[in-house]
Formats: sequence, structure tokens, C-alpha cells
Amino acid sequence: MEEKAGMNIRPILTFKFFLLFAFWVLLSMWALDHNYPGQFNALHIVQGLIASAIVVYLLRDLILHGEKLHMKFLRAIPYVFWELWQIILANIDVAYRVLHPKMPIDPLIIEFYVPYKGDMTKTWLANSITLTPGTITVLVEGNRFIVHALDKSFADPLLIDQTMQKKLMHVFMEGEYDSTS
Amino acid sequence: MEPLHVVSAIFVFGGTFFMVVGSVGLIRLPDFYARLHAAGKPDTLGEILIVLGLILYEPLSFLSVKLFFLSFFILVANPTATHAVAMAAYKRGLVPWRKKQE
Repeated sequence: MEEKAGMNIRPILTFKFFLLFAFWVLLSMWALDHNYPGQFNALHIVQGLIASAIVVYLLRDLILHGEKLHMKFLRAIPYVFWELWQIILANIDVAYRVLHPKMPIDPLIIEFYVPYKGDMTKTWLANSITLTPGTITVLVEGNRFIVHALDKSFADPLLIDQTMQKKLMHVFMEGEYDSTS
Repeated sequence: MEPLHVVSAIFVFGGTFFMVVGSVGLIRLPDFYARLHAAGKPDTLGEILIVLGLILYEPLSFLSVKLFFLSFFILVANPTATHAVAMAAYKRGLVPWRKKQE
């Protein structure tokens, strides 16, 4: 992704810093029970501040980067639930195929192209494909995706319907959903 | 025996079922790529179901929050690792197994 201006990156970095620090405080101070009291003292807070600063610096253009983040975040929530539902459905299908005595599988490698511009969108698509049982993202080169599928029925949604690709286009506001340009 | 414990037990058993299916698939499936399907993915759902069952078992506490974050991290890390292994095999030129065409 290209940098638009230096001025609108600083609030995002600050937000990331406080998010990470809040997570640190959450993990370190909250007591599990009376046997394991939380650690909330100067040493742990300073450690947390240093660790958050290092992580924010190292990942300054990786996580939460880009425009209209709140919109993307809101649109990602229904997508995540849809993806979880797909995972459950596909897992049951794979379990049936694995446990079936004749094992009705026919592995194949498929190849398709996506019109995405952003790296984040490709990462999400690759991870979603791998999470859905029956398909593994083998290679991503530019806009070309090489996917190994356990059976033709797992490959068809990616090749013909392309529901996942369209939903991610909606989430990340690319193509026809692009309202930034 | 509280009703919530029964629900939690169902979740844990469901998760264990998918874990076992993954292990069976690891033995039964024919080649490396197909086994990768069994090794990586039923574990994701199985782990989420087990964690969900454990969250329901205990009253809501900090442990539940930690377990929730744990399932989120596995949801991100598991496909990444599976993809890395598959890509390494593909770049080495491992040819996938195909069903014989009669």
C-alpha cells in the first residue's frame, strides 16, 4: 500500500501502541484467582511500555494499515462469522470423506486469478482458503493463486461461484466496492 | 450436574471427535498434500470447540478471556503454518497424487 501522507499515520501508530499496551496490562495484572495474584507494579508497566514500543516500531506498516479502517473492521465481523460457519460445514464433509471406507477423494490442483490490489486482501483470502477444510493455498504469486483441493466439490466454490473472493472484495473495499478513489 | 456442564461436555466431545478424525486422516490419506489437509485443519475446529467447551465449563473469569484469545491466535497461526509447509513442498517439485483415471 502506498503512503498518502505522514500526518495521518501517527494516530494509527498511537492507537496500536495503546492497544498493545492495554493487552499487556490485561495479561499481566488481571488476577487468575487468589493463588495467582496479578502483577501490577512499576517494573511490569515499564516492561510493557518498552515491549509495545518495539512491536509498534517493527510492525509499523503491517497491522492496521490503510484507509477507512473502521469501515473495514465493521465489514470484517460478519465475514468472520460466515467463515466460521463455512469451516464447520466443510469440516463435517471432510470428516465424512476420511471416515468413509472407500474414501471418496480425488485431489487436484487448481489455479485462479484475483483482481485484488492490496496485500492484506490476498493474505485474508489465502488464510481463509487454508482454514476451510478441503482446500490449501499452496502458492501465491502476484495475483495468481495455486490451491490444492481434496475433491472437485471443494474446488468449485472457489472457481465458479467465487463467493469468498467477492465477500473479501466487499470487506476490503476493492474493485466495485472501492469508494476511496 | 448442571445443564451448562452437559453443553460444555458436548462441545469438548465434538472437538475431540474432529481431532481424532484428523489423526485418522493422517494415516489413511494417500500423499503429502492430502495428509496436510488432515493434519492442519480439523485441528482448528477441534481446538475451537474444546476451548468453547472449557469457557462454558468455568464461570466467566479471566481464564475464559485468555482461552478466547488463544483460539483467535490459533485461527491465524494454523493456516499460515500449513501454507508454509505446502509451499515448501510445491517449490521442491513434489507432484500431488491423482486418482487413477479408468
